[in-house]
Order: sequence, then structure tokens, then C-alpha cells
Amino acid sequence: MRLLAFETATRRLSVALWLDGELLQRSADMPNSGSEVLLPWTHELLAEAGISLQQLDGIAFGAGPGGFTGLRLACGVTQGLAWGLNIPVAPVSTLQALALAAGDGDTWAVLDARMNEVYAATYRVAGDGVTELTAPVCSPPAVLPAPTFSVGTAVGDGFAAYPELQQRAPGLTVCPDQWPTATAVARIGARIFANGGGVTAAEAQPVYVRDKVALTTAERLARGGVR
Amino acid sequence: MHEEYGGVVPELASRDHIRRLIPLLERVLVEAACHRSDMAAIAYTSGPGLAGALLVGASFAEALAQTLNISALPVHHLEGHLLSPLLGKSPPEFPFIALLVSGGHTQLMRVAEVGEYELLGESLDDAAGEAFDKTAKLLGLGYPGGPALAALAMKGTAGRFKLPRPMLNSGDLAFSFSGLKTAVLTIVRSRSLDEADKADLAAEFQEAVAEVLATKAIAACRKHRLSRLVVAGGVGANLRLRERLDAAMAKFGGKVFYPELELCTDNGAMIAFCGAQRLLRGMVPESRGGAFAVRPRWPLNELAQAF
Ligand SMILES: Nc1ncnc2c1ncn2[C@@H]1O[C@H](COP(=O)(O)OP(=O)(O)O)[C@@H](O)[C@H]1O
Ligand SMILES: [Mg+2]
Repeated sequence: MRLLAFETATRRLSVALWLDGELLQRSADMPNSGSEVLLPWTHELLAEAGISLQQLDGIAFGAGPGGFTGLRLACGVTQGLAWGLNIPVAPVSTLQALALAAGDGDTWAVLDARMNEVYAATYRVAGDGVTELTAPVCSPPAVLPAPTFSVGTAVGDGFAAYPELQQRAPGLTVCPDQWPTATAVARIGARIFANGGGVTAAEAQPVYVRDKVALTTAERLARGGVR
Repeated sequence: MHEEYGGVVPELASRDHIRRLIPLLERVLVEAACHRSDMAAIAYTSGPGLAGALLVGASFAEALAQTLNISALPVHHLEGHLLSPLLGKSPPEFPFIALLVSGGHTQLMRVAEVGEYELLGESLDDAAGEAFDKTAKLLGLGYPGGPALAALAMKGTAGRFKLPRPMLNSGDLAFSFSGLKTAVLTIVRSRSLDEADKADLAAEFQEAVAEVLATKAIAACRKHRLSRLVVAGGVGANLRLRERLDAAMAKFGGKVFYPELELCTDNGAMIAFCGAQRLLRGMVPESRGGAFAVRPRWPLNELAQAF
């Protein structure tokens, strides 16, 4: 199976190519310039592997949660490629990809969501299998429930942005400098496809988790605002 | 969708775009009896506009173009509006004067050829459509305000209230509409208005905008000795504006060209047309290996540099 994978939910952008378990990756820290590198990197990886776009079997992308613009960049490019090539898509949770990077065991994955909030979920990782223990939420760190396990890993830049979170799970090993990567997205995506999963290009959509992004006129008025 | 929020929420617009893009594309292909492999190039709006929404179209178009081995053509949104009357049944010949009146722009341009645009004058503050929308809000009308205000104006009489004609005699081709909105606000605040009053105020507002736009558009034609005037952008749908323009141009011995009504507001057809014109003329940008960028702010006079 030949898969292409994108992960651009954070400032660490990456593209990976999965060839039956072998992985090639390009990655860099470059917020806001994903559009400059995603497709050029794709061509570089394909050239390195000596295959063409037309030989891909599927595309996996980090669907979020994360920066909205980054999510839509990966999703838009994925939709364009998958629709043009007529191949399926595996949307992969960015928090799952982050958890996979932390390795085997129970993991509390927390990403800085800005505006005094974090995206968080808990997972059990075994090899390339990631089982969701609690679903992703968007929450102020102060009221984020601590994980139920006391041994495992705490991973993600959420712990760098809000170090006080670490005291909520003192038994966990903290890795604040791990990022969700396209390599992890590819590994999870390969599993999804192997299990018969995958969606059409049109069905490939970001998972924002943060859904309240504006107030309706009625809500503004109720808060004493003006029309 | 945006009505509930009293305006466009950029993030919600972007979310909507990425949901609708492929379903719309598939529908268009079916209606046109085309296959994806029939496409010769893919044109998309790369600016100006909402960054998030632009990125959806750009990322999809650029990626798709790679799979089909065809060119992706970034198009300037305003160029799409400018050329949209050429899609009509009796298209104007080049050169012509274009009056571009939308929610984001009020500009007069001299169009010599595809890709050759000279800005003659523009609004120093609010765009004409923006003034319509804001004034509609002041009168308690829904979003988008332009068509609602125009409908209300039909029931009223201009001249009962007195609104200024900003920059009418400024001697140049610049516009200003923010003062007009403030004048409406002053009236709304000074007394309570019944429905008939509101209709009269709407009519006077529409008259003021139409008069200024028509006067300056004719002045531009006169100055550049051109008898063809093209009107594009959402406000171009305004019937009173059309009446005034038609009358003034007829007196001047010229003719006004409008896009088909459904091509007045934002649409993909005008972008496809622009792309096609550019493709026909070999104006295809150098490929950068799939690297692309959107330009939320992109003055039309910088267009030439893109090619
Ligand atoms: N009949 C009308 N009279 C006045 N303004 C109108 C009318 N129809 C649409 N508009 C205005 O046109 C604008 C939308 O035009 P459009 O070209 O889509 O603008 P933009 O691309 O800048 O958003 C809105 O401001 C809307 O209120
Ligand atoms: Mg427009």
C-alpha cells in the first residue's frame, strides 16, 4: 500500500510517504507557509521513492483539532489530490497522531488551542494501534479533567503552554516537545485502510472540536450588545 | 447562514466552503456533461478576500491540477467581476470604462485588454455595497442589506429626507460613502421613524449613491473618450443605479453593459472565464512545483506583476 500523509495542525508541518511500512518524511517548523511546501515536498518524496502521484492508493491527513487554517490546508490539498486521483481518504485525529509519537502505553495528549484553551484527549497506544479512552475536547486548562490513569505519558505543547497541567497528573512522564507528525498520521491511516476504512474526498473534513467561533446577533443582544 | 450572525463570519464561511466545494464541483461537471479529464486548466480566486476562504479554493485547485497535470491559474477576484459582462449576450468591445461596485470595492477603471487595467479612482472609505449593508442594518433590515434596502426604497420617495451627495463635485473620480451612513444614523437617532419614513430614507439613500456613482462613471467616460461603460459587482444589480446610468449614458451617446443578473454577485463562472481568457493568451504563470500562496489584499494594479 502506498499512502501520502499530511499533518499541518500545529506549527510543525510535515508530509510523509508510506510504502508498505517504510516511511519517508519532510518536516519543518514554519507556521503560515504550508501552502509553499506541501505539494513541493510531496513531489520530492515521490521522486525519492521513484513513484508517481498516480500510483498512490490513498491519502491520510491530520484532521484536527488544531489551527483552523492548517486543518483546512491539509484537508483542501487532500481533497484535491484524492478527488483527482479517485482514491480514498483516511482522516486521522491529530491528537491520536500526537499520542502515537509518545509510544506505547496510556497517553494524555494536550495541544495548546490558544485563547486560554487546550485540545485534549486520552489514548491507549500499542504499536500502531491507538485506542481512544476519552474523546477530544476543547477546554480551559483549569477545568480540564485529569486522566484516569496514573502511569503513562503526558504529551504535547499544551504542557509547555500550561505547565500547571502537569500537577494534575504527577505520575505521568511529560513530553511537551513532541508534535503530531505526518509519519504518525500515515501509520494510523495505513491501519484505517487495512481495516477497510476510509472515506471519499468529499467526505474528508476537518474536525474542529472548537465549534463556537462567533456569536449570533441574538446572542450578542442577549449579552447587552448592539445590533 | 450568515444572516443569523448579522454578517459574514470568516471562519464559518471557510468551514462552509470546504464542505460544499466537491459536491458543487460534481454537480457542475454533471450539468456540463464533462469529465475531470476534460479540464484544460483550473482557475481559482487567489485574492483579494477572506484568507481562510481563499485557502480552501487554492489548496484544492492546486492539488487537483497536479493530479491532472494541468495548470492552476490564480485569478484576481476583481478581474473576474470586471470581465463578467463579456459573458453576456452582447459583450462590449475593448477598451471600456468599468465601474466596479461590490461589498468590498468601489472603483472606476479603464480596461484596455484582458490583463490591462488602469485604476482611475476608488472609494476613500466604505465601498458602495458596504454602505448599503450598513445603512440597511441601521434601518433594522436583515443581511445582506443591499437588496433589502433597495426593495424598501421602491416603496419610498427620494427627496423627503435630505442626504448629502459626497464628493459629487470633487473634480476627481474618487468616492466616499462613510459620511452617508453617518448622516442616516443622525436621522435615525434624532427621531422615531415609521415604516413610511424608513422607506423614504431608504429611497433617498439609494438616490444619493446612484447619483454619485452615475455622475462619476460618466465623467470617467468623458475624460477617456470612451462610450462603453461596464458595470460589475453586486451593487450593479441595483435597478435605480441602472436607470440613472442608462439615462446618463444615452444622453452621452454611449451604452452601458451589465453582466447577467446572476453573474453580478460573486460567482465561479466569471473566474472560469478569466482563467480561459488568460489560458487562450498564454498568460499562464510559471509553475512553482505546486507551491502556492493566497493574497487576501491584492491591489488590482499589481496584477500585471503576477504574470
Ligand atoms: N439590489 C442591490 N442594491 C444595492 N446593493 C446590492 C444589491 N444587490 C446586492 N447588493 C450589494 O452587493 C454586495 C455584494 O456584492 P459582491 O459583488 O458579491 O460583493 P463582494 O464580492 O465584495 O462581497 C453587498 O454589499 C450587497 O448588499
Ligand atoms: Mg465580489
